[in-house]
Amino acid sequence: MSTTASALHSEHEHHPYGWRRWLFSTNHKDIGTLYLLFALSMFFLGGISAMAIRAELMFPGLQLLDPDLYNNILTNHALIMIFGAVMPAGAGIANWMIPLMIGAPDMALPRLNNLSFWILPAAAMMLVLSFIVPFFPGGGTQINTGWTLYPPLSVQVGMSMDFLIFAIHLLGISSVLASINIIVTILNMRAPGMTLMKMPIFCWAWFVTAFLLILVVPIIAGGVTMLLFDRHFGTSFFNAAGGGDPVLFQHLFWFFGHPEVYILILPAIGALAQVIPAFSRKPLFGYHSTVGAMLVIATLGMVVWAHHQYTIGMSLGAVTYFMIGTILISIPVGLILFNFIATMWRGAMTFETPMLFATAMVLLFSFGGLTGVMLAVVPADIQYHDSMFVVAHFHYVLIPGAIYGLFAAVFYWLPKWTGHMYDERLAKIFFWVNMISFNITFFVQHFLGLAGMPRRIIDYNVIFTEFNFISSVAGLIYGLSHLLFLYIVIKCIRGGKQAEDKAWEGATGLEWELPSPPPFHSWETAPQVK
Amino acid sequence: MKTLRSLWALPLLLAAAPAAHAEYGLNFPPPATPIAREIYDVHMLTMGISTLLLIGVFGVVFFAIWKFRKSRGYQPDQNFHKTWFGTWSWIIVPAMVLGVDLTIAGSAQQILERLWVVPEQEGMLDVKVTGHQWYWEYEYMDAGIRVESRALPEDQAPDGLYLRDVDNRLVLPTHRPVRFLHTSADVNHAMWVPALGFKKDAIPGYITETWAEIDTEGVYRGQCAELCGTWHAKMPIVVEAVSEEKFTTWVADAKAAQAAAAAEAAADKEWSMADLMEKGKGLYNTKCASCHQINGEGLAPAFPALKGSALTIGPVEPHIDIVLNGKPGSAMPPWKGLLNDLEIAAIVTYERNAWGNDTGDAVQPRDVKALR
Repeated sequence: MSTTASALHSEHEHHPYGWRRWLFSTNHKDIGTLYLLFALSMFFLGGISAMAIRAELMFPGLQLLDPDLYNNILTNHALIMIFGAVMPAGAGIANWMIPLMIGAPDMALPRLNNLSFWILPAAAMMLVLSFIVPFFPGGGTQINTGWTLYPPLSVQVGMSMDFLIFAIHLLGISSVLASINIIVTILNMRAPGMTLMKMPIFCWAWFVTAFLLILVVPIIAGGVTMLLFDRHFGTSFFNAAGGGDPVLFQHLFWFFGHPEVYILILPAIGALAQVIPAFSRKPLFGYHSTVGAMLVIATLGMVVWAHHQYTIGMSLGAVTYFMIGTILISIPVGLILFNFIATMWRGAMTFETPMLFATAMVLLFSFGGLTGVMLAVVPADIQYHDSMFVVAHFHYVLIPGAIYGLFAAVFYWLPKWTGHMYDERLAKIFFWVNMISFNITFFVQHFLGLAGMPRRIIDYNVIFTEFNFISSVAGLIYGLSHLLFLYIVIKCIRGGKQAEDKAWEGATGLEWELPSPPPFHSWETAPQVK
Repeated sequence: MKTLRSLWALPLLLAAAPAAHAEYGLNFPPPATPIAREIYDVHMLTMGISTLLLIGVFGVVFFAIWKFRKSRGYQPDQNFHKTWFGTWSWIIVPAMVLGVDLTIAGSAQQILERLWVVPEQEGMLDVKVTGHQWYWEYEYMDAGIRVESRALPEDQAPDGLYLRDVDNRLVLPTHRPVRFLHTSADVNHAMWVPALGFKKDAIPGYITETWAEIDTEGVYRGQCAELCGTWHAKMPIVVEAVSEEKFTTWVADAKAAQAAAAAEAAADKEWSMADLMEKGKGLYNTKCASCHQINGEGLAPAFPALKGSALTIGPVEPHIDIVLNGKPGSAMPPWKGLLNDLEIAAIVTYERNAWGNDTGDAVQPRDVKALR
């Protein structure tokens, strides 16, 4: 039989249909799609909670929510966005793209891949339950601790906290299993000729992210388990009266929590490393130094966690160490941003939507990173810590960082996934409305922090009124803009101009040698890489 | 510094509404201690450096966007990475960033040492600060004065000061170093007074140290800066810095008032229902109503109702017991260390007779003392 005939033959025989196709999927493209759809729905759920927060903060006084419900909503906003939206979206893109980019027929462990995804809806249900349970008799108090879950406050919370601990375990297991899959795939299944130093940066970014996840997720799992034991089994890990230490939880949490932010940003940086060269029509500047910088970021990022804890009462030596370590991370991050700018320099750029998001990310993530350097300085952080300045900082690195990286990736690869070009005009409108309203929403929050407004408060003194009002109005527009994004995505899935194999003029990489969309099984014969 | 400040104003004016409140401006509140001034300076330094770097980055990128476009016919330079810049930039750029980092770190390190190391001096005032859910307790350790500082309710706070004013302020002398010892009675809190230039977590089981030497008389306001549960937003800190003479007078007055209250509580007399109810109402509304509400209806499920509850209508002893010893695992603290027998007796009497509870019980201080 000729190769073409046998390919068609296997296509017909092994292509599942109906609900079984999705529930039992072992196909990296389908699992990638599942992750992305899950992430999109969670993104809207997290967005609704953000809208509730901004609605309450629009005016001074208690209007819509009571304090514990507000604290619960802000806890959920963070947990849903981080664990429900950004991480699964990143994993979805990784699943779709890594095999295509390295010339592999699928991930190394396809059934493990299925499990990694299907744990997530269960975890999401646990998270939603943790929110709902207090509304029923005997349901206990709400989780009013913030996503950092510090004891002793988190020991006081009702059974919602136990549901949440369970959800965190599930989310962690999903991430660790997916990470194992990614590492094994990248190490073993690259096409002949594709050495590690010829691999796309997006794959390198996920390779580093996967190691980070495996290293730090067990720590937070341990921490929340100790919390569970303190809550129910009479232990005193975090109870000073019993000989324990509340600050221990903080260290365990942030030992995970700081690398977590690199876990959120590295895939976005990886996506940018594909998008910017494509739209500059010029190869990535500094491939080797970018790989090195990512490795340095990951390593250094693991040993600077206590910059989230400058006010706990650490010794001068400890706090000096963390300050210097944190400030030094600006070096590899600066190098990567420089490499992106140098890629654009003397390129021949066009500004389709992926490039718009990529450019916005370079500019605004730099801004967020600079406020990060300001925060690293301990004496100044004494004023910024736990104020709205921190909230402004991390939204500037998370939204123009992680989220815009994901948007750039989605718009870049939607033609490959669906076979249709998305509506470029609508997408550009989405970009501008989103970017401008984002900036208004969060730029003014820097000043609120400097003026003395703490974070995580439901009500504030009248001196903070004007900027809160501006932030809420802009925030509403920012939130609503995402409905346009939803419309664009749905419209693209349903139809549009047929996409070429190489949908973008300047795009390079193995994925662009496949049809758009690729067949159910792709790279069944490995390509030769020169 | 002045040039930097005006440079800073530019993005501000572009983005901020014209309605920016003149009262608080767009930067830190005016510093009132030398260390707060140094913190302000290092903040302006990092902000200035960041602004310059940002102008550089934005400038380069905007130039690139304008010049290196396909629509302008620019041909991509595929050999850019082979230029001298391309070969050496991976060392030059990190070296430049390192230079900036060391400048910032060097400047910060000196201030950090002055901030962190509490000076050892004669005549320092020691104040122990204890965070509670949801108020602050200040103890002047040498004078033996205890002050509880709670947010004034909206109808009692002066105009525009709701959530930034308290019933009893932290009175401190100027020109004398004050050492603060921070701890908490329940969950994590944090004391933050921007004008004084420190913030420290209040952690149960820990005692942490900060210090300040206020050089200008005035009123300085701050808030709790660590999420501590329901009323985290309602735990302001108000420091009133006065001259040394006024402070001495204040200490003497406070000591006298405390002694009088203690004498009254210890007096072996039978208190009338009317007196207990009046005293109890005042104390309840100040100390208990933030959770159990003025109307006694609480806020389910966190704060149970006292109106018509089995505890307030049933036997007296469990009621006194829970007020004395609290309820572990919940937000109900043990009040035995914070209130004297008379105060607890008055509160319990009020709770048992208000809002239609009408048990007719008049709890006497000796009843409370017996259960300690």
